[in-house]
Amino acid sequence: MSARDNILRRLRAAPQGQPPMAPDVAAFHAAVTAAAAPSTRASRIELFCDKMAFWHGEVIRVTRADWPQKLRELCVAKGVRSLLYGEDSAHAAQLEAASIDGLRPYDRPIDGWKKELFEDTDAGLSATRGGIAETGTLIVWPGASEPRLMSLVPPIHFALLDANQLYDTFFQAMIEQRWSDGMPTNALLVSGPSKTADIQVTLAYGAHGPKELIVLLLVNDEERP
Amino acid sequence: MNAQQLKFVPASEFKQRAAVAVADDHLRKSFRGAMDFLINKRAAQFPDPEALERQRSLAEHIRQYSLARLPELLEQLERKLTDNGVKVHWAESAEEACAIIIGIAQRHSTKLMVKGKSMVSEEVELNHAMADVGIDALESDMGEYIVQLDGEKPSHIIMPAIHKTKQQIARLFADKVPGARYTESVDELIGIGRAVLREKFMTAEVGMSGVNFAVAETGTLCLVENEGNGRMCTTVPDVHIAITGIEKVVEKLEHVPPLFGLLTRSATGQAITTYFNMISGPRRPGEKDGPREVHLVLVDNGRTQAYADQQLRSTLQCIRCGACMNHCPVYTRIGGHAYGTTYPGPIGEIISPHMMGLAATHVLPTASSLCGACGEVCPVRIPIPELLVRLREEAQHDARPGHAPLLGQGAARSRLVDAVWSGWAALYTRPAFYRAFGWLATRLRALTPPLQGGWTVSRTPMKPAARTLHELMAARSKRR
Repeated sequence: MSARDNILRRLRAAPQGQPPMAPDVAAFHAAVTAAAAPSTRASRIELFCDKMAFWHGEVIRVTRADWPQKLRELCVAKGVRSLLYGEDSAHAAQLEAASIDGLRPYDRPIDGWKKELFEDTDAGLSATRGGIAETGTLIVWPGASEPRLMSLVPPIHFALLDANQLYDTFFQAMIEQRWSDGMPTNALLVSGPSKTADIQVTLAYGAHGPKELIVLLLVNDEERP
Repeated sequence: MNAQQLKFVPASEFKQRAAVAVADDHLRKSFRGAMDFLINKRAAQFPDPEALERQRSLAEHIRQYSLARLPELLEQLERKLTDNGVKVHWAESAEEACAIIIGIAQRHSTKLMVKGKSMVSEEVELNHAMADVGIDALESDMGEYIVQLDGEKPSHIIMPAIHKTKQQIARLFADKVPGARYTESVDELIGIGRAVLREKFMTAEVGMSGVNFAVAETGTLCLVENEGNGRMCTTVPDVHIAITGIEKVVEKLEHVPPLFGLLTRSATGQAITTYFNMISGPRRPGEKDGPREVHLVLVDNGRTQAYADQQLRSTLQCIRCGACMNHCPVYTRIGGHAYGTTYPGPIGEIISPHMMGLAATHVLPTASSLCGACGEVCPVRIPIPELLVRLREEAQHDARPGHAPLLGQGAARSRLVDAVWSGWAALYTRPAFYRAFGWLATRLRALTPPLQGGWTVSRTPMKPAARTLHELMAARSKRR
C-alpha cells in the first residue's frame, strides 16, 4: 500500500456525523453588503487611496491620455535608469511613445539575465486586473506578456490600475471576474511594498521585494485632485 | 552559511525550561511587550463583536465542511494539480516527507535550497535532514533567517525571532554575516538581510514554501506573506517544492476570502498582508519566468489520528494564525522555546501529541490554566480548552470504549497517583472509615508537614481544620 492509499484509507475509516451543508459565502457576503451603504465609484476610489496609503503605497491619479508622461516625470524624479515593461502588453505602444530613458522590454526567459534583473533594474511597470477598495489591494495576474518577476525584483513597482475595475471586496472581485473558471499559473494580491516587522516588531519596508509601490490610477479628467 | 543542525528538544523537559524562562526578566519583557502589541492590533480589527461572531461562524463552518469531505477534496486537489502540471506526493511520516524532498533536490544536484516560511517543514525537521546529505537549506523569512543564523528554532509561529532584541540581532549580523558592520538601525539590519538573501534567491536551484490554503476546485496553492521572500522562493528557482499538512485543503476558491480575512486580522492585526500568492502550476510554454517544476508534498504525520476522533478532529480546523498563543497567559510568560515542540502555545499543546505521541508530550496539555482565552479568540472556534482536558484524560487513562488508543495513550499514568485515588475512593465510599480518617486528621493536624512537594513552592502549606465539617454541623444542631 502506498502512503497515499494509507492516508486516504485512514481518513475514510474515520466516523462521520451528519455532513455539514455547503457554506454559503455568497449569502454571507450579500448580508454584509446589504447592511452597509452602497459603494459608488467615488467612494471606492477614495477608500482605495486611503487604504493603499496606509500600506505605504503611493497612488497618483492619471488619465488615459497623460499617464505615460506622468510616468516619465516620476522616473526622472526618482532617478530610475532602467524601467522594465512587457512588450506584448496592452499599454506597450503608448509607453514606447513616451520616450522614457532606460525603458526596456522583458523580452527573453529569465534564465539568461537573472543577474541583470536583480542588480541593474530599477523599476518595473505592470498592468493590473483590478483593485480591492476595502483593503487597498491590487489584483495582478502575471503571464507571458508581463512575467511574474517584473512586479517583485526591481526596487520600484509601478502598477497601472483602471478605476473602472475597483471592486469592494476580494470575494466580489473573484466572483465577478469568474476566477473559478480557470486560474493562471500565478495570481497575486498586492497591498503595498514588501515589508517586515520581524526585528522587534518594528516595521521596515523593502524586505526582499519592492521598496516602493506606485499606483497609477486611471481616472476621468474631473476626478483628479 | 552552513545549515544549522537543529533537533527536537524533548517536551519532557518542559517544566525545567519553563522555570528558566519564567526567571528570565528580559525574555518576559520581550514577550509581554510583543503579545500586548499583537493583542491590541487584533482587537482594533474587530470593532464589532457581533460581526466578528458571524465571521467566526462562517470560517468554522468552512473548515468543518472541508474536513468532513477531506478524502474527496484531497483526491480532487491531486487531480486538478496534476492536470495543471504539478507533481503531488504523499508522506505518512516526517521521515517520508524529508526523503521525498531530498530525492527531488538530489535529482537536480542541488547544493542550495531557499525556503519561504513553512511550519510543516520545521515540523518534519527538514533542514536537519537536508544538512545530513550536504544540502544547504536556507531560511529566507527575515525572522527565520535570524533564528537559523543563531542556531535556534522559531519561538512564535508568525514572528519567529520575537525573543530577540535588535541589539542581539545587530551583534549576530556583525559576527556572522561577512562584511556586515554593527548597526542597531532596523532599516539597515533588514538591508543587510535583504542583500544576503537576494543573492541566494538568484543562485538557488530549488525553492521551498509552505501552503496556507490549497484549493481543490482549481488546484491552487495560496501563500500569505508580507516580505516577498515567499514569492522569490516560489518564482526564481527552477524547482518549487511546497509542503503542507493534509488538512489545509478547501473545496472552492470562494471559501478562501473569509478564512484569509480572519487569518491576517487574527495573526498580526492586519486587514491583509502585502502579498497573497496563488500558484496553480509551473511555467507554461511562452512564459518567461516561474519554476519549471512544481511539487506538492502532502504530509500526514499524526493528522489522521486526530481526524479519527470526532472531538479531536477540530484540532485540524486550525489556520495557524497564532492568536491562541498571543492571548495565552502561559505562553506570554514562558515564550515559545520552553515548549520544545515546533508548534508552541495552546495550538501546540493540542496538535503535538498527535505528531509526537503522548509519551513525549503529555505534560503540554497541562501547561494551561484553562482560562479559555485561546478558545475565545480562535477564528475558527477550535474548543481548545475542551481538547486540553480531553488530552489530559487520554494521557492518564486507557482509550475510551470504541476509540482506538492514541499514540502514547496513558503515558502519564503513575502508580502513586493511581494508589492515592484508589485510597481516596475507598475512604469516601465507606462512612465509618471516612469519619475515623476525619477524626484522626483533625486531631493530629499539628503533625502536618510544612513542606508539601510542589504545593508549597509558591503556596502556604495545607493544614486540616481543628474539627471536621460534620462535627461542626453536629455541634450546631445540638445548640439549637
